[in-house]
Amino acid sequence: MEVLDLARWQFGITTVYHFLMVPLTIGLSLLVAGMQTAWVRTDNPRYLRMTRFWGNLLLINFAMGVVTGIVQEFQFGMAWSEYSRFVGDVFGAPLAMEGLVAFFVESTFLGLWMFGWDRLPRRVHLACVWAFSLASVASAYFILSANSWMQHPVGVELVDGRPRLTSIWALLGNSTVLAAFPHTILGAFAVAATFLVGIGAWRLWKSRDGQDVWRASVRLGAWAGVVAFAGLGITGDLQGKLMFEQQPMKMASTEALCHTEQPASLSVFAIGDVSSPDCENVKSITVPALLSFLAKGDFHSEVTGVQDLVKQYQEKYGTNYPVDPRLGELSGKPIDYVPNLPVTYWGFRLMIGLGALGTSGGLAILWLTRRGRVPRSVWFPRTALAAIAMPFLANSFGWLFTEMGRQPFVVAPNPSGVDGVWMFTARAVSGLSVGEVLTSLIALTLVYGVLAVLEVTLIRRYVRKGLPEDEPAEEKPADDLTFAY
Amino acid sequence: METFWFVAIATLWLGYLFLEGFDFGVGMLLRVLGRTESERGAMLTTIGPVWDGNEVWLIVAAGATFAAFPGWYASLFSAAYLLMLLILLGLIGRGVALEWRGKVDSDRWRARWDAVNGVGSLVATLGVGLLLSWNILGIPLDASGNRVGSPSAVLRWDTAVGALMFTGFALVHGAVFVSLKTDGVLRRRAHRFALGCLPWGLVPLLALVLVAQLREGFTWTWLPALAVPLAAAAAWWRLRAGAEGQAFALLGLTLAAAAVTLFGALYPNVLPSTVDAANSLTVQGAASSPYTLKVMTWLAAFGLPAVLVYQGWTYWVFRKRVVT
Repeated sequence: MEVLDLARWQFGITTVYHFLMVPLTIGLSLLVAGMQTAWVRTDNPRYLRMTRFWGNLLLINFAMGVVTGIVQEFQFGMAWSEYSRFVGDVFGAPLAMEGLVAFFVESTFLGLWMFGWDRLPRRVHLACVWAFSLASVASAYFILSANSWMQHPVGVELVDGRPRLTSIWALLGNSTVLAAFPHTILGAFAVAATFLVGIGAWRLWKSRDGQDVWRASVRLGAWAGVVAFAGLGITGDLQGKLMFEQQPMKMASTEALCHTEQPASLSVFAIGDVSSPDCENVKSITVPALLSFLAKGDFHSEVTGVQDLVKQYQEKYGTNYPVDPRLGELSGKPIDYVPNLPVTYWGFRLMIGLGALGTSGGLAILWLTRRGRVPRSVWFPRTALAAIAMPFLANSFGWLFTEMGRQPFVVAPNPSGVDGVWMFTARAVSGLSVGEVLTSLIALTLVYGVLAVLEVTLIRRYVRKGLPEDEPAEEKPADDLTFAY
Repeated sequence: METFWFVAIATLWLGYLFLEGFDFGVGMLLRVLGRTESERGAMLTTIGPVWDGNEVWLIVAAGATFAAFPGWYASLFSAAYLLMLLILLGLIGRGVALEWRGKVDSDRWRARWDAVNGVGSLVATLGVGLLLSWNILGIPLDASGNRVGSPSAVLRWDTAVGALMFTGFALVHGAVFVSLKTDGVLRRRAHRFALGCLPWGLVPLLALVLVAQLREGFTWTWLPALAVPLAAAAAWWRLRAGAEGQAFALLGLTLAAAAVTLFGALYPNVLPSTVDAANSLTVQGAASSPYTLKVMTWLAAFGLPAVLVYQGWTYWVFRKRVVT
């Protein structure tokens, strides 16, 4: 094992893991803020009970998002120091903005919200939960700007072989982030909505008390889910069109389009080994001309295939890695420009398939619970609970295909951008020993594993208990602060 | 502009050590000062609403270093790789311990998380103390800013004095904070502990200040260096008089004087190399371009005052002493 592989596994594991907590926090905090707003406006205790129940789940999850997020903040410097040096002038700014503008607000107002139930006037307390949830949305914007710059570098010039920021507005207004941001936020909504439906349906089926609370939660989740999943389709299509322009190799490998076609047909499902770029053993079910439509918006355009792209890339970025001991076993070797095809091809299909399943699931729930109905079949809560995993998986597959489809680049070249602003992943890693990275990979994976078990256990225990009985906002004395600890 | 950002990052570190110092202290002292479950609950309630906001100072210090001095960020954290891992594990354990301890109503559950909190806080303070002393006194860096030698190459006896500096400070600071924010028997116990702990708890910090001053200091940095023991003595004196708030502020002054000396002695380096002074990363050499620094300056000019206002407001909202 080389340091590069270990560092990549570590980044993959810690990032995918972190991004299980993040969308739930973002989506759920907005929904909880909505519930509390409904309570403040209508004074209906049902909304207060909803806020308290879902708010507590939000807190259990938020803790994990915070602690796994700290690892991310340092990981660039620890394991990817060459990357940090190369992009620091550009990439550090959105990270610092995220901390200064978003994380400070998020953490401070969460503390105020958590402990402020009896201390703050109702409307001020409500403003705290909104500040918290909007800051979490803002943090997504900044980190996605940073990520989008790696997919599509803009707003820079090249000075002494390193990109130098010329316009922060170009970076924050990158077409890539403008498409990725709504897609990600809707993905977060899909996660939280399915969470509401799953847990709410199970409680609705199980409990006698609080039926109105569970019903409202399920219906809210189903509506939010249908809207989110539909929005994901639209924003995903926009992203796809951009990606054909900006990272043609990623999209060609996502479609396993080995040879250039005009018009290009869309592969729906492939049988055989998609891992080789010549596609000799692949039988694919295709829809004629649909890929041209997805890429360019018409049914006749040419879409360049993987093999032709490889030639173009070799011409532009070289055929072999430079001879450099720091590149390890890749030193002087030919550069493989084709991303991991099974991951990109199937990751993309799983993401879309699960998304489509989500839309139909949401519609089904709305139909089943129409006009006060409560389904009595045991399959209703079972399916709904199992469905919670679905948007989490869809998010993870989406990110895996986005990030692995960028390989072998860590900063992908922008076809219409400044020459020379790109970096191979193999170049980005720190000069560490295998032992160091192996230690951290094992330690973090073990700790994350234990924490995952604990978080799921905690959530299950909490959900089993059902609605919190006390209503501290009205009954508890002002000095008692036991809401959180 | 580069120097401004050097000062800004030093300020972020100071903010972090001052704020998170007391909540680490509370974590380590949970089993020492909190004899009963309700006392421990009260201690945690004093930091509950604020610890997470305090931790963001670290995240912003790191993020600002990345943006303003990418070379510094890359060299320090990759050279101190395993130490960073320890700090992160400590922070992870401490964070979930705080948030999850109250989620199951069982004494055993809470006792375990309190232990995790104590160990996590201890590891994190030791790690941060060591990291900062490595940064101030230097690590072996080659010409491209990478560590020379194996992971153990960064270990040297003179940097070990700094390992305890944050732990000792946090213990004192945490005890004073508990006596400031609680009442009754817990307040008295914390007060007594702080008085006894203060003289030796600040010794490692003072030692690091002296080593840095004697080795790298300027004439002007003698001024803050001498202010460190004076402010510490004043803190002890005010604490004995029962003025906990003043003692708390004076501890902040002690820390501020120490930070000015340490970062003052570091300047114009940001990360000295012990192999060859020519390899040291400097404020000029490691800085980002003027444009990036300008963007960051605008950001900080509006961002930081706002942070101070609403974090200050949080402390105002929760100003009442917690009773068990």
